[in-house]
Amino acid sequence: MTSVKSKIVIEARDVGLTFETKDGPVVALKDVNLTVTEGEFVSFIGPSGCGKTTFLRAIAALEHPTSGSLTVNGLSPDAARQARAYGYVFQAAGLYPWRTISGNIKLPLEIMGFSPAAQAERLSRVLSLVELEGFGGKFPWQLSGGMQQRASIARALAFDADILLMDEPFGALDEIVRDRLNEELLQLWARTEKTIAFVTHSIPEAVFLSTKIVVMSPRPGRITDVIDSPLPKERPLNIRDSQEFIDIAQRVREGLRAGHAYGD
Amino acid sequence: MKSLGPILTVLMVIFAFWYLMAIKLNSQWEYDQAVRAKVEVGFWDILPNTMQQKKPVLPAPHQVLTGLWDGLAGQPITSKRSLVYHAWITLSGTIYGFVIGTAMGILLAVGIVYNRAMDLSVMPWAIASQMIPIIAIAPMLAVVVHALGASAIVTKAVISAYLSFFPVLVGMVKGLRAPEQMQIDLLHTYSASKTEILWKLRFPASVPFLFTSLQVGIAASLVGAIVGELNQPAGLGARLLQGTYHGLTVHIWAALIVASLLAAILVKTIQGFERITLVKMGMRK
Repeated sequence: MTSVKSKIVIEARDVGLTFETKDGPVVALKDVNLTVTEGEFVSFIGPSGCGKTTFLRAIAALEHPTSGSLTVNGLSPDAARQARAYGYVFQAAGLYPWRTISGNIKLPLEIMGFSPAAQAERLSRVLSLVELEGFGGKFPWQLSGGMQQRASIARALAFDADILLMDEPFGALDEIVRDRLNEELLQLWARTEKTIAFVTHSIPEAVFLSTKIVVMSPRPGRITDVIDSPLPKERPLNIRDSQEFIDIAQRVREGLRAGHAYGD
Repeated sequence: MKSLGPILTVLMVIFAFWYLMAIKLNSQWEYDQAVRAKVEVGFWDILPNTMQQKKPVLPAPHQVLTGLWDGLAGQPITSKRSLVYHAWITLSGTIYGFVIGTAMGILLAVGIVYNRAMDLSVMPWAIASQMIPIIAIAPMLAVVVHALGASAIVTKAVISAYLSFFPVLVGMVKGLRAPEQMQIDLLHTYSASKTEILWKLRFPASVPFLFTSLQVGIAASLVGAIVGELNQPAGLGARLLQGTYHGLTVHIWAALIVASLLAAILVKTIQGFERITLVKMGMRK
């Protein structure tokens, strides 16, 4: 809405996703309509079971919608994946313990068939992007949780995908580390101009990071509110004490509460 | 060095008990001899003899050690009387069978993890195969394999492999399935093929499981080789059986000790490889 001229990156039209389980079908997503344009930072927020992770996985073609249409860069999610449209960051860093940090970051590059020279060049670029220069030779267990998660972000950035899909990447970290990584993520986003889809269950995190906040509610998983953030792109940590920030957070909270009353 | 005291104490208790049992078990023969020779003997007369009989019921520790030393160092190692010679024959069969068994275990595990039909069908048969006492099936297996024109070492290796594939199979199925769904999803987001998932994720993740299995597998392999040698002319198994035929208990005990030393060396070797590999892989600090 705010940037009509921008290229549409993710487009969902009446997306529904039903899991067939032993206890019968479970509706994970229902009538999800959403448009994400290039360079946006979109957060998905909602209680567990609201389908925010399922939607992110559907974008990544890890799940497949059972109705509606979902396109990524104008392609089906499967085709977009083949075209290396996105990098995915999971809740846990998920680094392979038998690979060094460099080895982990090179993993997607090896699979995608980059030459050793190209691998080395990209490796040093993303290591400096996440400020892990000098840690390439370390094994994951030698790094703190926050550093491990930064390495996993570097891994997702290594092959130049335009979209970064992040599923509660800082959920397992303590608040101090999370604040730092939030700031770093914003800087990284500004520098790389990627489109970021970010799943979280923290209201401050969603408001602090996003240009667009998608509020979701459970049973069935659906979107209850989409908020275009008026906050400037440049965001120091203390922006969280501003009236604008508090107002948006309030609206998110109301959206979550409304969704809940509706569901139960 | 703190553990040296307790170890020596336990060793001394075992040796003391061993000597007492040797005296008790071997004295009957001495008394019988005396009756036959029509002489009266007391306990102290026969005591020295109970520890130096040629075919004692239970040889005393020093007799076994002498026999062991004679077998290991008292012969040219190419002699058929040398324990080194027999141990070498058993070792080659063990390694041969261990390699085949390990390969079989890994291949079957990959099949089970990647193929639903194999997942449902292989394991019950694998478990059933281990339910049959090896001593019952080994001679038949040996006859069949030999009839197919296989050499002595292949016959042994088949029995070794039969015993050693199982721990490798069980460990590798668990190891290949060790990666979490998230780690597999990660590779899916790179559009990795099944083969790439196997090489980049499942195999590396299974290495600690593999080494645990290999330690059990190599010991099982050695047992298999010894059992497989019971109807062969050479090897520790053959030596054990010959000892039984001729009542050469010293030979039996010496061969048993060589077999257990061999097992200890093999397991320690695997543990050495394990340590080096895991340190290299960053999985042990």
